[in-house]
Amino acid sequence: MKMFKRLIFVPVLVVALTISIWANAFAADEIKIGVIGPMKFVQGISHWNGAVMAADEINARGGVKVGNKMMKIKLIQADSNEFLSITDATNAMERLITKDKVHFVVGGFRTEAVMAMQDIAMHQKVIFIGCGAAHDELCNRVAKYYDQYKYFFRGTPFNSTNLVRAAFIHVGTVAEVIKKELDIKGPIKVAFVAEKAQWADAMVPAVQATLPKMGMELVGVWRPSPVATDVTAELAGIQRTGAHLIFTVFSSSVGIPFARQAGELKVPAIQVGINVEASKDDFWKATRGQGNYVVISATYARDVECNELTKPFVEGYLKRFGEMPTYTAGTYESIKMSLVDTIEMIGTLDPDKIVEALENRVYKTPPSTIMYVKDNLGRHTHDIRFGPGYATGLAVQWQDGKLVGVWPNGWKPAPGVEVTYKGMKPIKLPPWMYQAYKKK
Amino acid sequence: MSIVLDIIISGVISGSIYALLAIGFSLIFGVARIVNIAHTAFYMVAAYCIYAVTNYLGWPAVPAMFIAVIFSVILGMVTYKLLLNPIREHEGAVLIATIAIAMIFEQVMSLIFTGTFLSVPKLVEDYFTIFGVKVFYQQLLTLGAALAIMLVLLLFLFKTKLGLAVRSTAQDREVANLMGINESFVAMITMGISVGLAAITGAIVVPLTILEPHMWTPPLIMMMAVVVLGGLGSLKGSFVGAYILGFAEAIVVFAFPMGAFLKGSVALSIMILVLIIRPEGLFGVYFEEER
Repeated sequence: MKMFKRLIFVPVLVVALTISIWANAFAADEIKIGVIGPMKFVQGISHWNGAVMAADEINARGGVKVGNKMMKIKLIQADSNEFLSITDATNAMERLITKDKVHFVVGGFRTEAVMAMQDIAMHQKVIFIGCGAAHDELCNRVAKYYDQYKYFFRGTPFNSTNLVRAAFIHVGTVAEVIKKELDIKGPIKVAFVAEKAQWADAMVPAVQATLPKMGMELVGVWRPSPVATDVTAELAGIQRTGAHLIFTVFSSSVGIPFARQAGELKVPAIQVGINVEASKDDFWKATRGQGNYVVISATYARDVECNELTKPFVEGYLKRFGEMPTYTAGTYESIKMSLVDTIEMIGTLDPDKIVEALENRVYKTPPSTIMYVKDNLGRHTHDIRFGPGYATGLAVQWQDGKLVGVWPNGWKPAPGVEVTYKGMKPIKLPPWMYQAYKKK
Repeated sequence: MSIVLDIIISGVISGSIYALLAIGFSLIFGVARIVNIAHTAFYMVAAYCIYAVTNYLGWPAVPAMFIAVIFSVILGMVTYKLLLNPIREHEGAVLIATIAIAMIFEQVMSLIFTGTFLSVPKLVEDYFTIFGVKVFYQQLLTLGAALAIMLVLLLFLFKTKLGLAVRSTAQDREVANLMGINESFVAMITMGISVGLAAITGAIVVPLTILEPHMWTPPLIMMMAVVVLGGLGSLKGSFVGAYILGFAEAIVVFAFPMGAFLKGSVALSIMILVLIIRPEGLFGVYFEEER
């Protein structure tokens, strides 16, 4: 019996070892990229879709040329569940790095979770490209503790400070349209509505200080809960102030009932600002079409081309997934343009060499041209440059079921500089604003 | 003056929504001593059911609403029979079981419909203006439904044999049993009515808001606050408590727009204040006598 067991055991062991060595040999020809995000939600789904598109395109052309060797991309999905649990997010990151042994990680959405995940990736010296969280601190850490955090890069969107800067530009642009179209003589009245969240708190003093300087009147500040489902009371208050423009700052679900109820109640003011939910295709359905005329900051819009890479990406994404990409689909350029192009350029997977090469690159991606900036002290931040010729983002407006680009359209950021992306359309005011202001 | 009108209208509407939810919750607690944390999860199930019927089958909103209410009632009664009845004697276990049921429903909805925000059509579209305040017809419907349901429920409890059995069971389960009332059956029927009320609330309220798998938690907190404020198990208390908290929320939003996010916290603070003065809630004792 003993002899029989040995006879069975030895060949099984040999076969197992052979398979293992064979599998490892194949694995050695793979670049493993972890894609982390809230996979049950649109943000995570877009993370995954963008990454899949990049990996398929790269593998279809034979893979990544690392020195003399061609390596295929293998994606590993990790559900961070970060909307509900930061611990789940850190566990997912830990698993990607220690169990799945990924070379790189892309994704992340919620700042609090991304900061925790960032710590894990940095500890393991794994390059992590953030594709969702906007908080400045993610890159401030790189500047302050470079040796520890240098493996983190911002992919998308640009940081909170620049998101606010862009939102003010959009508000100013729409205010000009209101003045012209409705023949408003005095200052444009603005109601500021920001969800009660830490990232939006700093915007209240900024709005109070900046709007008067822009020639506008701030008529009130409302701070609903990020998960409020009924904002009719807030809207009644706003309507009583006679606001022409509602400056919104929403990253959570409140953006849907606010837009829907404002549309249903025909509040005679146009919504402009940040509303993450409104950047998704589902927004039209979720608001049952009442989100018409909402203007928001976004990364992509139908038929808008920031450069020659925009159209092929957007059309390819639409064809494959049947919806417009949201900004978290920036995993596409993070993998294809940031990581793979750099690896092929330097011919190695060494994270330190990739970091060094990335810091010095200026390259095009579908939504912008990326250049990593240094802070005032000349320290690397791995944050992306905002401004004409680099990342500007778009202002888009819901017009009859479609998100169309409305800015930059003749934007003059400096004397002699004018920026207009291909495919821009004029801003439309809601018809009930014309009715309210007696002009048809 | 205008702000007072805003507060009155907004408070009445919010109060009606809370009343609809709290009455059902109170009813099952009063009769079966079940603290049904899953109450608002049934509200969520009904809302998703309406979404599925209107979107996937293309049916109009009214039949979808009926299907949702019937489905939720059956689900509630089956849940009671299979999961809650066997452990009814252990109140702690029942409490934990209802939390688990709510979380299961949440996960199931999340799996079927993902975390995407969805919406359902209104039963009555458009709005009207009263003293310069715009009010949705759907909100008016909510107010009417809250009043009508309260009336129907009172008629059922005080004018029917089954209502008498429900009240008897609520008063003393053992004596009711000795008198020939099948108290387990009565509890199951009450569970059906309670869940039915949650489903009706879902059907009426959800067109004003959005569907997502966590939508059951915010109303749960306010509903429990209403019930505790009014007195656990008291229908009258739930009704009055709902309007008190509805008005408290409206005052916060209109008087302190910068603190609109605090409306829930202020309402809960009022509940705590009332409980310090009157630990049994506003109508806790009186209802015991009514029963």
